[in-house]
Amino acid sequence: MTQRETAIPEPYRRSEFSRAWRRFKRYRPGLFGMFFILALIVLATIPDLLSPHSHTQIFRGMRGAPPSWSHPLGFDHIGRDMLSRTIWGSRVALIVGLLATGISVVVGVAVGATSGYLGGRVDAALSRVVDTLMAFPILVLLITLSAVLGPSLVTVVVIIGLTGWAQYARVVRADVLSLREREYTLAARAAGAGDARIIFRHILPNVMGPVIVLASLGIGGIIILESALSFLGLGVQPPTASWGGMLSDGRAFILIYPQIAIAPGVMISLTVLAFNLLGDGLRDALDPRQKDASLDG
Amino acid sequence: MLRYLASRLMQGAIVILLVSVGTFSMMHLIPGDPVDLMVGEAQITQEQLDLIRKKWGFDRPIHEQYLAWIGNMARGDFGQSVVRTGVPVRVMIGEAAVVTAKLNLLAFFISIALALPFGIAAAVRRYSGFDYAVMVSSTLGLALPNFWIGLMLIVLFSLLLGWLPPFGLPSWKGYVLPVAVIVANQTALLARMMRASTIEGIGEDYVRTARAKGLAEGVVVSRHVVRNALLPVITVIGYRIAFLLSGTIVIENVFALPGLGQLFIESVNRVDYQVVQAIVLLLSVLVVLGNLITDLVYGYVDPRIRIG
Repeated sequence: MTQRETAIPEPYRRSEFSRAWRRFKRYRPGLFGMFFILALIVLATIPDLLSPHSHTQIFRGMRGAPPSWSHPLGFDHIGRDMLSRTIWGSRVALIVGLLATGISVVVGVAVGATSGYLGGRVDAALSRVVDTLMAFPILVLLITLSAVLGPSLVTVVVIIGLTGWAQYARVVRADVLSLREREYTLAARAAGAGDARIIFRHILPNVMGPVIVLASLGIGGIIILESALSFLGLGVQPPTASWGGMLSDGRAFILIYPQIAIAPGVMISLTVLAFNLLGDGLRDALDPRQKDASLDG
Repeated sequence: MLRYLASRLMQGAIVILLVSVGTFSMMHLIPGDPVDLMVGEAQITQEQLDLIRKKWGFDRPIHEQYLAWIGNMARGDFGQSVVRTGVPVRVMIGEAAVVTAKLNLLAFFISIALALPFGIAAAVRRYSGFDYAVMVSSTLGLALPNFWIGLMLIVLFSLLLGWLPPFGLPSWKGYVLPVAVIVANQTALLARMMRASTIEGIGEDYVRTARAKGLAEGVVVSRHVVRNALLPVITVIGYRIAFLLSGTIVIENVFALPGLGQLFIESVNRVDYQVVQAIVLLLSVLVVLGNLITDLVYGYVDPRIRIG
């Protein structure tokens, strides 16, 4: 028997937002995710004030030195303070995660809505473009593009953003296809609403829930992609601190200074976990259709 | 079904064409010309340069280069490495693909064998301690970057315990850690899907009907729930198979395995663009074919799909 939750009586009309917030609050891991991400945003905004040392300052004679009171995470292979570099690394992760996802969502929703609403040849053509993008193994595509265009922070954001929209387009298209045939859409049309009004008032608001959920779940994946690119030397370039780049140093010196590889990996994992949990919470709050599958511990 | 087959085949062909054009144009965004890279600092006359260009076909117009390339690729002639001169790209790819395929197939079977029973059992005993454990570990399995898991396993099993080699393939032992890493990730994903899909199945009307007519719970789960719940999971497995050769680039890099991913990264770094081009096209075509086959099988098994 599946457990049914008891409906909470709502004595007076609440706004859509406050009802969603009430649902979101009930999922504790989602709250944890949200607070972790807020803390990370603070770190990434003012790392110069919060980190004890400069992320590029080299302490002489301290190569790979283990943790101490004044340097709780120790030093990297050329004697830089690991804690400071780890804090600075949050900046790259968040910039890439948020901006690239933003680009993908905008392009994906536009393409998906156009494709689903217009149908016919436009849909067939756009769907082939989406298929093509999805056919390239994403990391293979990113590695090639990054090498060809020259790796940098901007390159990473742009190529991840412009290659990652296909999944949003696919979801939005499928949703629009079915929403287009719903009674309320037909009713709106019968009442004389134009295409633009139907798309923006009746269809897109219903699509945004799943898109927001997909985006918050997608940010984690993008942060992993970014760190993978930096790990391979094709992401953000040194001396800028990025967690992936630090892991790359960690790998090179893994048999001599294994502690280098620990902190950045923990931070990537926690960040990805936080975004995934936030996404689960948002799914409960915004996308009640999928609610059952995600109600868990 | 025939109509569906024809339209999916047509779509597949168009996508492969677009993929090949995409790959080719991407490689021609590279600043500089491969001949300059090949020659490097060597003293060479303009005449010799032209001769080399002619030999590689770089002097011809771009669309002719594309047609020549795609024609050769279709015939299975992947060209020659610009860097390791004289070695056919096909041989280089073939040797590397064996390593990658072994690694992935092994990991794949292990993770399917683990994930399906775990997912089903977690769904059937929802909210139990077991379900909780499955969900927590699969949440972690999805959040931890696999290359970092790899590094930590190296620290534990190679550096501290000294049981397994950290890098390369000195013996079969070299496969243990990378396979474990891939299994961790794949199992997390598949177990989660299987659980969600089983839970959805348990809520269906036909399951209530089956229970109402007095079937034993075990029969209800195995016949009515799991059989339907497997469909979406099998689709995902099909799509994952398509990425079999391309999903482990970073892992191969961590463990220095001489696989396709490693070859790809090396070729990218050396601007060996015949090799890069061939690998990108090959991997993408494999994805298209894998997805196509999955869709066709799915369309055959589940008639609801064909009508869309």
